[in-house]
Amino acid sequence: MRPAAQRTPRIGEDSEALRARLRALWETTPGWRGWLTTVDHKQIGLRYIVTAFILLAIGGVESLAIRLQLAGPDLHLLTPEQYNQFFSTHGMTMIFLYASPILSGFSNYLWPLLLGSRDMAFPRLNAFSYWVYLAAALFLYAGFLIGAGPNDGWFNYVPYAEKPFNPGLNQDFYALGMVLLGISTTVGAANFIVTAAKMRAPGMSLDKLPIMIWGTLTASVANLLVVPAVSLAFFLLWLDRQFGGGFFRPELGGQPLLWQHLFWLFGHPWVYAIVLPAMGMASQGLPVFCRRELVGYAPIALSTVATMVIGFGVWVHHMFATGLPGLSLGFFSGASIIITLPSAIAVFAWLATIWNGRPVVTTAFRFFAAMILLFVIGGVSGFMTASVPVDWQLTDTYFVVAHLHYVLIGINLFPVIGATYFWFPKMTGRLMSERLGRWNFWTMFLGFNLGFLPMHLTGLLGMPRRVYTYPDGMGWDLLNLVTSIGSFLFAIGVVLFFVNVARSWRSGAPAGANPWDAATLEWSLPSPPPPYNFAVIPTIASRHPLWEDRLDGNSPRSALHRGMTLDTAREALAVTTLDAQPERIVEMPEDSWAPLALATGLALLFTGLLLKSWPAAAGGGLVSLAALVFWLWPRRQLLEREAPAHG
Amino acid sequence: MAEAMIATPGPLPVGPIGRAGLGWWGVAMLVVSEAALFGYLLFAYFYTGATSAPGWLLEPAPKMLPALPGTALLLASSGTAWWGEKGIEASRRGQVLAGFGITFLMGAVFAGLQLYEWSAKHFSFATSSYGSLYFVTTGIHMAHVVGGLIILAALFGWAAADYFSPRRRIAISAGVLYWHFVDAVWLFVFTTYYVTPYLGFGR
Amino acid sequence: MTPLGYLSSDGRSASIILPLTWFTIIVSIAVCIIIAVLLWIAIARAAGRGGAAETRATALSNDRSGDRWITIGLTLSFLPLLATLVWTMAALAGVLSPANRARIEIDVTGHRWWWEARYRGATGADGFVTANEIHIPVGVPVAIRLYGGDVIHSFWVPKLAGKTDAIPGQQNLTWLRADRPGRYRGQCSEFCGAQHAKMGFEIVAEPRGAFDRWRAGQRVTAPPPATEAQMQGLALLNTRCGECHTVRGTVAAGRRAPDLTHLMSRRTIAGALLPNTIGSLAGWVQDPQAVKPGSLMPAQKLTGPELGAVTAYLETLK
Repeated sequence: MRPAAQRTPRIGEDSEALRARLRALWETTPGWRGWLTTVDHKQIGLRYIVTAFILLAIGGVESLAIRLQLAGPDLHLLTPEQYNQFFSTHGMTMIFLYASPILSGFSNYLWPLLLGSRDMAFPRLNAFSYWVYLAAALFLYAGFLIGAGPNDGWFNYVPYAEKPFNPGLNQDFYALGMVLLGISTTVGAANFIVTAAKMRAPGMSLDKLPIMIWGTLTASVANLLVVPAVSLAFFLLWLDRQFGGGFFRPELGGQPLLWQHLFWLFGHPWVYAIVLPAMGMASQGLPVFCRRELVGYAPIALSTVATMVIGFGVWVHHMFATGLPGLSLGFFSGASIIITLPSAIAVFAWLATIWNGRPVVTTAFRFFAAMILLFVIGGVSGFMTASVPVDWQLTDTYFVVAHLHYVLIGINLFPVIGATYFWFPKMTGRLMSERLGRWNFWTMFLGFNLGFLPMHLTGLLGMPRRVYTYPDGMGWDLLNLVTSIGSFLFAIGVVLFFVNVARSWRSGAPAGANPWDAATLEWSLPSPPPPYNFAVIPTIASRHPLWEDRLDGNSPRSALHRGMTLDTAREALAVTTLDAQPERIVEMPEDSWAPLALATGLALLFTGLLLKSWPAAAGGGLVSLAALVFWLWPRRQLLEREAPAHG
Repeated sequence: MAEAMIATPGPLPVGPIGRAGLGWWGVAMLVVSEAALFGYLLFAYFYTGATSAPGWLLEPAPKMLPALPGTALLLASSGTAWWGEKGIEASRRGQVLAGFGITFLMGAVFAGLQLYEWSAKHFSFATSSYGSLYFVTTGIHMAHVVGGLIILAALFGWAAADYFSPRRRIAISAGVLYWHFVDAVWLFVFTTYYVTPYLGFGR
Repeated sequence: MTPLGYLSSDGRSASIILPLTWFTIIVSIAVCIIIAVLLWIAIARAAGRGGAAETRATALSNDRSGDRWITIGLTLSFLPLLATLVWTMAALAGVLSPANRARIEIDVTGHRWWWEARYRGATGADGFVTANEIHIPVGVPVAIRLYGGDVIHSFWVPKLAGKTDAIPGQQNLTWLRADRPGRYRGQCSEFCGAQHAKMGFEIVAEPRGAFDRWRAGQRVTAPPPATEAQMQGLALLNTRCGECHTVRGTVAAGRRAPDLTHLMSRRTIAGALLPNTIGSLAGWVQDPQAVKPGSLMPAQKLTGPELGAVTAYLETLK
């Protein structure tokens, strides 16, 4: 009997029996086998978050070593070679191994819950993207641990990255590791895009998408288009180094600036990709603590997209000093000045939400509110560097270091911590401590500003970037000491955050389903949610399903307790893209070894390439191919092939 | 108390039907990303050529043999792949196997012609930036062709084992989409390396 | 004392940039203060601090207003942005143009971790090469053609002009015009490896007469050694240093390191790192790795008398 090609989904009530049936269908295998084969987006999301926070801590320790070395003139804590590896690895860790994966983690965990779906569009791909991220992080750090870490800054300019000047394995670790990491980012982006387009609850038209979806969706579209640029750049660098290529080497007719173009074509959209999703999380959480809807949903959604679109056209502002023609400089300077406008929309909308709301100052609120101020400080220093002539003085000084830390810590780390305080109860069933949260916030806020606000002046007084030491008599001594002290205070604040997480996970106050009386779908589920998320597929009538009774008068309501049950098998609903009409019942994959196997094969392949061991590389390639064939083999259960017709 | 609207759809398709299904979209996303990769490869060519001194073009008049017949063969193989996919839509397994088999052979011949052309070049990867760009671009394309051949072989095998029907055949649609991409992107590579020199670029 | 600071300027190019810099600083600080005040007031009107219970206890607001914030905010933001945009284009044009009108041209090549300056003459014999201390006449635009000798470096004299990169395989053009005589500190501004931090240089701006005298002096080849020690020092220099360094008038003709023909005319050594005194010169020659670890100059490990001879000879290179 061939499975039916069509079925009218049963409509039912949320009930204990239904939940038990669904749990049996969706639960991950217990024990270590389940741990290695799970495709549950919540488990994968948590892994991303934990791993990214660990890398944040490691990157933080690196930064403290840097600040100790720079606390005074002519110190000898680190040799120049060590320092260069420390600052490069710090940058790589924070920007590639923390800032994006943490947002992938939150998005992975939350998206199906926010969208009213049972899982992401591609659960196995989801697991795979995490394993490859982990493999790439281990690969990159293996280099650092043997003293062959990246040593040319996170953007790794040539010719210094080429073999004659950099003969060790440092650059090979970095180049191959980044190509490997790019695979994770790309498949993750594909997953988010298709999920947003197809895996939503009926009735959730585009204008009813939770606002944070727009951030990660925009970032994912951008990543899909620009990650190949950086992967290509690193691949070409590796070819130059190992096979004598001439891509970037002037003696063979190559162009050093080609590296910069390829890198920044990726790099600029990337820095928006690591803040827009975090801004989305703040836009999602802040209104809850202002007890009202977000001001300016449509302007914020549109400005998110606009910022990224313009963001594709400003990459040359990282290259203003390279001798480009005036016309080109003028264009990119103009675009870089204009891009502040869509960013400003979010700031005004957030301010309006607080002003016209009834703010309750919780720890999460403090982090989201602080983000607004830090965003503006980082934004104006960026505005200053957008002006070409001014940038010719500011670039490559500590002014830019101040700018980039304000935007990264202000628009990524602070909202991420706010998001943790906000969603930790949903993920663990426990509340974090508000008391410890106050200490956490103020040490971080004061420490960060003490460390980095003076840095603007340090830059204006001419201290260049990436120097392992500096002479006295330049006017920089006191400023550097203050920055170092502030950095340590900031670090203590981050430690307090981790302490709060650890203690609350074990013994925080029970949270219940909706401790904040928030509006969106995830708060209608138990904390933590069951493996299948929604027992019945909800139908959506507004952006704030849980607030409709109090805000929406007589408009139609969302339905949360009665709807399609989709409990025949492990099933989810796919909808039409624009207005979310039910379109298809999708059979979802169960736990699988394929993602881990493929990630392992790729890790082996890249290790072989690094060591120029062709047997290892070939072995890795074969394992990868086998894993891929196993993964993609058409399965009856997923209706990718017909069952044979029986007599 | 306002009313809750509950979505109560009529009969919905279950699983991927024909070309419509999540897996096809997944491959489409991959194609977008790989297309961007080739975009950057060609950007590297045009940027390096535009900023280089005269004489950069090691082949100011690239030979059309065997590249042009190879190109025609590859483009035609998209037609046979399309024809093979039509076969499964009409439940004609023989057409599927013939279509994919011929497509595979044409792709393999293209690859063979390319290997021959590489060996006959008077420059190598390490000769200059032009040499490096030529070999890495055609090389990455070749890797995609080889990937496509593996996909075609797998589809051939699965079709021979009677896995597919007009309803359940998303792997075929996704695989053929990928093959079309490999062929289409070759047009851009071919035009860049073999045609633009005649139009004056890089001289 | 902020030798690398650019909140003051002593040259034409930097002076074009400086007022625009101050304008953007003032706009930026103003914006930060305004937003901070608005945020402070908005929060101060709050119910107060709390946790989950207080959040649940605070009733929802049905308020749908607030869009005006966005329109007003955008409109107010637009004006300083437009002003900056226009001023930027004007300053850009001002800074770019004089590069072509300069009548003195110096070819500067960035090396790891020192600066080579080649002055062209009317004839081949008139030109000369020096390192790390670049003299220019006051009040006259001087064109600097920048070359990358190995990796990317960046030429930056904050008091006089913005940065321009020195990139291998291409030639970049910048210009300097000092308004006043003085010594202006320069610094490499593109990470270039182990000793990027100590790749400094000096621009010496002097009145025309002094500049011409300096230039004439630089053209002269080194005098022959007079004393026994100087002769021994020259012999050592030729064997130990001649592979990398040039001293015009001797057989030392290496091109990988600074030209030493007029070493003693320079106020600093080792990339503006050390004062050019006998003590630091001797220490530098004996072991450059002690002050600039990773430098491409190996430690010489001379005996006491040998070191004395070498420094005796070097002292004649005025």
